[in-house]
Amino acid sequence: MRILDFFRNNRKTSASTAKDRLQIIVAQERMTRNGPDYLPMMKEELLLVVRKYIQVPDGAVTVKLDKDDDCEVLELNIMLPEQAEAE
Amino acid sequence: MAKVIVVTSGKGGVGKTTSSAALGTGLALRGYKTVVIDFDVGLRNLDLIMGCERRVVYDFINVIRQESNLNQSLIKDKRVDNLYILAASQTKDKDTLDIEGVGRVINELSQTFDFIICDSPAGIEKGAFMAMYFADEAVIVTNPEVSSVRDSDRILGLLASKTARAVNNRDAVKEHLLMTRYDPSRVAKGEMLSVEDVTDILAIPLLGVIPESESVLSASNSGNPVILDTESKAGQAYDDAVGRLLGEDRMHRFLEIEKKGFFQKLGLFRS
Repeated sequence: MRILDFFRNNRKTSASTAKDRLQIIVAQERMTRNGPDYLPMMKEELLLVVRKYIQVPDGAVTVKLDKDDDCEVLELNIMLPEQAEAE
Repeated sequence: MAKVIVVTSGKGGVGKTTSSAALGTGLALRGYKTVVIDFDVGLRNLDLIMGCERRVVYDFINVIRQESNLNQSLIKDKRVDNLYILAASQTKDKDTLDIEGVGRVINELSQTFDFIICDSPAGIEKGAFMAMYFADEAVIVTNPEVSSVRDSDRILGLLASKTARAVNNRDAVKEHLLMTRYDPSRVAKGEMLSVEDVTDILAIPLLGVIPESESVLSASNSGNPVILDTESKAGQAYDDAVGRLLGEDRMHRFLEIEKKGFFQKLGLFRS
């Protein structure tokens, strides 16, 4: 059966599409899982502010909340596109 | 002290109640005094799956409200010694469940039982939260299908943050993945997520894989937990899962397609 699998894997099956989609959404949801409810909204608004000045794609702003014992760190990461730097 | 096991999934219709009935029955068959509690207040079904729907007099909510005692409310299974059912209320709503009340009942059951199986309702609202709150272990029932896997991951997040063990900083709830409705022939054709795909994503130990089987429907039709159908693959797969739950090392069965004739195998090339 493994040999048959090898030949068939040349074509993308719906199961592998399912797995790819799941891995992306699950990773994304795990990141925001234990954060406060306002995080997604804040991320959207930050994206709008950044876009006033620089055109960035949807995934350019990442917000991460880290907790150490009694200290919380909000990490904000904005990826600028290469052309924007050149301008 | 009893071990409290929640059977949960997030998504509905994946086989929580079927699995609760099968696992509970399997544990009782091995001599462990076991109670299965239906947490689906307002939509009780465990009684129907376990064939005791006409024997429900007092339910879980009656015990919580101290309108009845445990002896009056526990339904003793007629087929298997050591097996008891605590039915959900059909008339009240799930807001009647509260941590103090549920905790008191679980604590009282813990004195005399070896296993307490909590059959969770679907969703992530109060009933599901109450079912998992006191758990020592969790069986996450998942179908090889995108929405079920995503919901299972969500439930894993809740188990890690909202249970008594998490809140009190005790050892984490022990997680087990139970895949149900698995169809190896569709997996071989690339039409269905495989066991490896799902364990890759959820990253929790595999308790068992229950193959899609006609015997599951006939078991529920007649109100007999499918594990009692020892001829069926689903029944055998549940029996293996019970063994693993008790720490036995058992091979996973029914993961490959049944042997077919030579020409049927050739047919796979065209699919």
